Amino acid sequence: MSRLAVRKTYKLFIGGAFPRSESGRSFVVTDAKGGFVANAARASRKDARDAVVAARKAFPGWSGATAYNRGQILYRVAEMLEGRRAQFAEELGTGKKAALEAVDATVDRLVWYAGWSDKITAVLGTANPVAGPYFNLSSPEPTGVVAIAAPDDPLLGLVSVVAPAVVTGNTCVVIASQRSPLAAITLAEVLATSDLPGGVVNVLTGHQRELAPSLAGHMDVNALDLTGVADAELAVECEQAAAANLKRVLRPAPEDWTADPGTRRMAALLETKTVWHPLGV
Amino acid sequence: MTTSLADVASSGATLRAFLHGLPGVDRVGADQRAAMLSTRSIKTTAKARAIDLAISMVDLTTLEGADTPGKVRAMCAKALRPGEDAPQVAAVCVYPDLVAVAAEAVAGSGVKVASVATAFPSGRSSLEVKVADTALAVAAGADEIDMVIDRGAFLSGDLMKVHDEIVAVKAACGAAHLKVILETGELASYDNVRRASWLAMLAGADFIKTSTGKVSPAATLPVTLIMLEAVRDFRERTGRQVGVKPAGGIRTTKDAIKHLVLVNETCGDDWLSPDWFRLGASSLLNDLLMQRQKLATGRYAGPDYFTLD
Repeated sequence: MSRLAVRKTYKLFIGGAFPRSESGRSFVVTDAKGGFVANAARASRKDARDAVVAARKAFPGWSGATAYNRGQILYRVAEMLEGRRAQFAEELGTGKKAALEAVDATVDRLVWYAGWSDKITAVLGTANPVAGPYFNLSSPEPTGVVAIAAPDDPLLGLVSVVAPAVVTGNTCVVIASQRSPLAAITLAEVLATSDLPGGVVNVLTGHQRELAPSLAGHMDVNALDLTGVADAELAVECEQAAAANLKRVLRPAPEDWTADPGTRRMAALLETKTVWHPLGV
Repeated sequence: MTTSLADVASSGATLRAFLHGLPGVDRVGADQRAAMLSTRSIKTTAKARAIDLAISMVDLTTLEGADTPGKVRAMCAKALRPGEDAPQVAAVCVYPDLVAVAAEAVAGSGVKVASVATAFPSGRSSLEVKVADTALAVAAGADEIDMVIDRGAFLSGDLMKVHDEIVAVKAACGAAHLKVILETGELASYDNVRRASWLAMLAGADFIKTSTGKVSPAATLPVTLIMLEAVRDFRERTGRQVGVKPAGGIRTTKDAIKHLVLVNETCGDDWLSPDWFRLGASSLLNDLLMQRQKLATGRYAGPDYFTLD
């Protein structure tokens, strides 16, 4: 007997919940040949604002969690992703072999970043030599709320920009790739079931042109990752808007997502706190 | 109604007969009307005006056990100049022992000093203490007194006691305005909210106020709607205008604008001024200022750029 098709509704991921866009809009996602794949929610500026509120609310808890705990949760995300290998491979819509490779690389990337959670401080922090009876210690601190324009690589690229932002204690609002946003929402389902506190990662699907400038100008966003902005003019506009509250900005640059990522992305979204401490006698 | 309002309060029986003779509140209707009015979309220039009006109606409040003179002075400074060319707030609201500090800080500015009194927030004390509490706050410089009614007496049906307390406190206020807090979260029904509103107005309240802010639920839209209807009907009956102050739980600009819509639709223009409508709040002011900045600059504002209070 044939069953009725149960089709998935792709929604946004804000504050740990899956709401539709406040605007009620959606847009059509097509495959490489232009065929219909699904409707995705088209987030509005209001959704972006709500996402920032959720991210800000989640920040004290997430940045205050121990690095070990954040690593565990990221590792848990990798575990859950591993369990959904087949689903992601199918959703990526590329050839089966290439898709599975991409999913595996994504899982490995998460595990890699999970391991960094309690080591990055040792690499970026220092004990500074000073001419006085003080300890002088610099340690990396999360910047706050990071707005990310994710690259078009739908899964590996997305995880490669989100994981370095959150592993160090930031919370983020991600604009998923406009061309292939579906994997981002399925990833959100993984995040929602991985003990990641609601609001740490918020995923918006929609038009980058519409969402990026409003996040770039938002005074409650502390850093901006423009990696996925292909339009040079838009990138400049965003960077200018970001100057109003001196956001940290990661400029768009060509990336090879399969290469060893290094600590660059984590370091770019950290601030350095330096304390002077009197020496005991 | 057969009794004229003049001798309604002459005895417990007439008072009871009058208040219980008031028409009952259609609970579903009130909820729906409040919900319907809260869907009104107020944008652009109308929003800008609504925000400025709401700022000018705020009773900036701090009612914590940990309040210090320094905190009150900081709040007063903010009340006088909330933000870049934003209007002053209507009043600051503090505990009686800090009235003198607040009065000195806002002297000559037009910002009023309101003080809670009468064993706020529970109201569980003797009448002598309540009257003395009020008199001391007035002597220290309070322009407005926020008193709480005795909910225990109200709920057990001793309406005369509630009435007489309000009358006594009103007498102790002298020239100061009296706001009567009904604590609607403890009154159990909308009918009781309507009765308590009329009771307070009959006893001489200048304002009726929803809540202390210490009990949840505090100011909800349907409750404010019922109180607005009460002051409207009271003016029709007696010619005396009474103000309304929802307090507690109003945190966002959206909430504030919903209340303004409610005032406009229920009572009309006459109440749309700080003299007749106030918003008791503390964190609301920052959200109003943030929305104000968003309208001015086009970018969403962040709490990093506003005071922590």
